[in-house]
Amino acid sequence: MTVPQGVIWQQARVESIRRDTPTVKSFLLRPATWRAFRAGQHFDVRLTAPDGYQAQRSYSVASAPERTGVLELTIELMPGGEVSPYFHDVVVPGDAIELRGPIGGPFTWSTADGGPVLLLGGGSGVVPLMSMLRHRAMSNAGDRPGATLLYSARSLSDVIYREELEAMASADPGLNVITTLTRSAPSGWPGPARRIDLALVRQSIAATGSPRHVYCCGSDGFVESVAKLSVEAGVDASLIRTERFGPTGA
Amino acid sequence: MVSRGFFGLRRPQPSRPLPPGQYWEQGFPVLTAGVTPQISLKEWRFSITRDNDELKTWTWDEMLALPQSDITVDIHCVTKWSILDSRWRGVSIDTFLEASGLDVPEQFVMAYCYGGYTTNLPMADVRQGKAYVAWEFNGEPLEPRHGGPARLLVPHLYFWKSAKWVRGLRLIDKDAPGFWEQAGYHMRGDPWNEERYWGD
Repeated sequence: MTVPQGVIWQQARVESIRRDTPTVKSFLLRPATWRAFRAGQHFDVRLTAPDGYQAQRSYSVASAPERTGVLELTIELMPGGEVSPYFHDVVVPGDAIELRGPIGGPFTWSTADGGPVLLLGGGSGVVPLMSMLRHRAMSNAGDRPGATLLYSARSLSDVIYREELEAMASADPGLNVITTLTRSAPSGWPGPARRIDLALVRQSIAATGSPRHVYCCGSDGFVESVAKLSVEAGVDASLIRTERFGPTGA
Repeated sequence: MVSRGFFGLRRPQPSRPLPPGQYWEQGFPVLTAGVTPQISLKEWRFSITRDNDELKTWTWDEMLALPQSDITVDIHCVTKWSILDSRWRGVSIDTFLEASGLDVPEQFVMAYCYGGYTTNLPMADVRQGKAYVAWEFNGEPLEPRHGGPARLLVPHLYFWKSAKWVRGLRLIDKDAPGFWEQAGYHMRGDPWNEERYWGD
């Protein structure tokens, strides 16, 4: 067994900020001390006011574990929230952020765990799944288990990492990305435009074969629904791992 | 370290202090590592187990026939939210152990669940009115996604110790890590000492 290490607070420098969608930005952070993580894990972020008041939240890492030295945290703006508006409206490159991690064990995947792997993401629930896909893309083509991402977003402009996902999928026959738009789809949208249903889950499974691992991430309602659909589609419940967004206060 | 330009939302604060790092949440969030199991009341059982022997097992109706406790407690989740004054009904672990008539020298328990979840607890943290098998939440039957039909309730520790879909308590001599504890979470999980992770 691994020797338990304390997860200590440290400072990270904001290197760059990218706008992904109208409500999502990605922050590239360079921690003072690099600590290796597994795709799917998260870090805790802590903000401190001048009077000592603090707020903590957990954010999944979006970057690949192979990209050592930096962490990309993709953060959705939660209206009325406390930490995500600070990131969106206040943080600029050069700022210092306190964080600790990596944290989390069951919701992780690496190519060594094998496949096929089925990733079901809703909204910014795609973030830890993106870390898995980026990790997979960085391994030798011959070592990549088949993977399907079934990604539910409200509209095309809400699709995070859209170009990168398209490029990844077109360069890799072992990767299938199915994006479904639940609120509005542009005319001529070739993909599905509805909430994830049994047919979409079955289609995703057919794309890469019966999955050995299933990861579901999104809101509570999303995860509850797609985990259930996966079982209905014949996936053994023990193969399904879930991660739900924390509550409203992000 | 003061975060440049951060002042905090200063939401309405509860009338009593929260454990360090926690914030007041008015809903009831869900955190689960896998699929929500659906357990009928007919098949539901709760057992006290030693090694692999179920020493004593209660059906749902037998559990309901035991003395019930009504408790109002604050809940603290390791993911930072706290809910205040949640009302629960259930059977205390003291009641189960007394009703079992068992001699219990063990100092630890491993709670085990439908769906395979486990979590470890010192015996001292589940006795003397500190822990329950709870089946009613705020006056309603406990929903499956929140751990129904019944979950363990150990309100003085982080909420991952309050195992959903609890199936029994295994009596153990030596402490051993359960599901989250193997993944880096603290062996005891006292929110007032902020025992979130290994080394805290």
